[in-house]
Amino acid sequence: MSEEIDKSKRHFLTVATTVVGAVGVVMAAVPFVSSMEPSARTKALGGPVDIDVSKIEPGAMIRAKWRSRPTWVVQRPPAVVAELPKINQRLRDPDSSEPQQPSYVKNGWRSIKPELFVVVGICTHLGCTPLYVPQPGDPSVGPTWPGGFHCPCHGSLYDLAGRVFKNVPAPLNLPVPRHRYMNDKVIRIGEDPIGSHSSWKEPLIW
Amino acid sequence: MSAEQEKRDYLDVTGGWLLKLRDWIDARFPMTKFWNEQVAQYYAPKNFNFWYFFGSIALLILVNQILTGIFLAMNYQPSATGAFASVEYIMRDVDWGWLLRYMHSVGASMFFIVVYLHMFRGVMYGSYKKPRELLWIFGMLIYLALMAEAFMGYLLPWGQMSYWGATVIISLFGAIPWVGPGLEQWIRGDFAVSGVTLNRFFALHVVAVPLILLGLVVFHLIALHEVGSNNPDGVEIKKHKGPDGIPLDGIPFHPYYTIKDICGVIIFIAVFAAIIFFSPGLHGLFLEPANFIPADTVRAPADIHPLWYFGPYYAILRSIPNKGLGALALLLAIAILFVLPWIDRNPVKSIRYRGPLYRWLLFVFVLTFIVLGYIGMQAATPFWAEIGQRLSELYFLFFVVSWLYSKPRSTLYMGISFTIVMVIITVLDIVTYVPSIATVKIYSWAMPFFYCALFMLLPGFFAKLIEPKPVPQRVTFK
Repeated sequence: MSEEIDKSKRHFLTVATTVVGAVGVVMAAVPFVSSMEPSARTKALGGPVDIDVSKIEPGAMIRAKWRSRPTWVVQRPPAVVAELPKINQRLRDPDSSEPQQPSYVKNGWRSIKPELFVVVGICTHLGCTPLYVPQPGDPSVGPTWPGGFHCPCHGSLYDLAGRVFKNVPAPLNLPVPRHRYMNDKVIRIGEDPIGSHSSWKEPLIW
Repeated sequence: MSAEQEKRDYLDVTGGWLLKLRDWIDARFPMTKFWNEQVAQYYAPKNFNFWYFFGSIALLILVNQILTGIFLAMNYQPSATGAFASVEYIMRDVDWGWLLRYMHSVGASMFFIVVYLHMFRGVMYGSYKKPRELLWIFGMLIYLALMAEAFMGYLLPWGQMSYWGATVIISLFGAIPWVGPGLEQWIRGDFAVSGVTLNRFFALHVVAVPLILLGLVVFHLIALHEVGSNNPDGVEIKKHKGPDGIPLDGIPFHPYYTIKDICGVIIFIAVFAAIIFFSPGLHGLFLEPANFIPADTVRAPADIHPLWYFGPYYAILRSIPNKGLGALALLLAIAILFVLPWIDRNPVKSIRYRGPLYRWLLFVFVLTFIVLGYIGMQAATPFWAEIGQRLSELYFLFFVVSWLYSKPRSTLYMGISFTIVMVIITVLDIVTYVPSIATVKIYSWAMPFFYCALFMLLPGFFAKLIEPKPVPQRVTFK
């Protein structure tokens, strides 16, 4: 046997061992990292919830909880819905081009039935809950205010269809969750309407 | 008789068993060697002033936080249903529990006060400059770990501000392109901040981050003892050694500075105790009133803001009306401190010898940081957002000016720098123009203008203002 050291072989073995070791470390990290994803129980608790919407008075809003998120249902009078298109030029995304809602509510009023608006009340800026300020010109926002949602944390503004105004910190419209009508009285949050297949995954921000 | 023999005889009052025990240990573990290297024969400059108290005080607070934290964890329950009630249980039913909790919560704020003063000392005397760059970086990593520790600890009482503060800060990660939303959910472990998040923050707060923090403190001290302490004159005491190889301007850390630091510790404890006993919430500054209401996951408090020590960064984040850019500015504001040793390349370390204008530059920087902190605690009105934007500009301009002062610059160089900065700021103003706050924007334009005129244009014409004074060879006393 030769006394000489085969340096290229030694180099190869060092590199090969290091690479295999590194792959092992990455693979061993998988269970640790994955354990921090939402667990089966958390996912189950995040299942659909039913809300009775029959008792909401015109102009009123009810708060429900879905996936620990404040989920709101607003009963908008027809006059309010008619006003919505008039402020389009003050909005960042008036036509709901960004995927902040399922395709079946991608319309001028962002809901299945124009008068019942379902939305997740989490500001797309930094996740505060905006306030429901339906009165036009409400002094807490300003004289040009058409009515909508006002985030007290950093001043983001949304109209009564949850569409974000220009020149506020929030980048996107308030997210509309998947929902469907079980009957005239009950809405199920977290499921698409039967027959309407939505390829929509999740909003960018919520 | 040799000196060593003399010392042994002197110490041999106990009949020798203590000395024998020491020798027995030293033969197996470098106890005396370590003590001598790190403490008794670690030579520190003899001209330390009171600014040098804050390192050892920070260490004391770390011990306080770990000790009180262990005992709080014995009665605290990290669950959405139990957390808030268990904190009240500690406050009302556990013997002395209120004291442990206030020592921990006031200790957190005091930690930041002391660390900010410690960092300011480092900036003032140029302690981040060669050969202490790594020492500074380890210090910055400690600061970062401390921020993570404080942020996660603040969720644990499960009050309104705990909950919504965590919601806001975690959602910042959502601003990262592509991976953001997935990362956000991974951090929370749920679709929103919940008991799952609380449980993991508890684990990180009591195990993971403290371990990292302790490791970093050890690294910080090893780096310090390798290069030696800087001092208010910014001169290297190792350059002038006596025949015995000991720096002429150095004195052993023990007993000289151990005794001196105890004086600082006594004053600190007096202040610490006064806050704990007379005003543990410090008028909403150390404990926010909104946090005495249990977390409500569907209703945010009217105004969400972090505790005072994150105020400046929060103000920078809010001053930019764009989520991604705001988060980026926040990140940059912290990251830029890491590279300070490579921004300020002026060979003169101490503020004492850097010319009169540098004092004003540093004073304005401290003022900027404090006012930003104040704005971070205010409700988000357009006026404060606008002033916050101006002060954010001044915050970053400090680093630009520090870089400019690295070496002598010509009048033309300073003039061009002034023009470039003012053009950038003015263009940004025009791009982000909003009619509703035009007045504030136009008037506040004077802030960066006068800042740049004072710190860029003026020394361009009067170079003497930033011309370094001769640095003495040996340390001085003031």
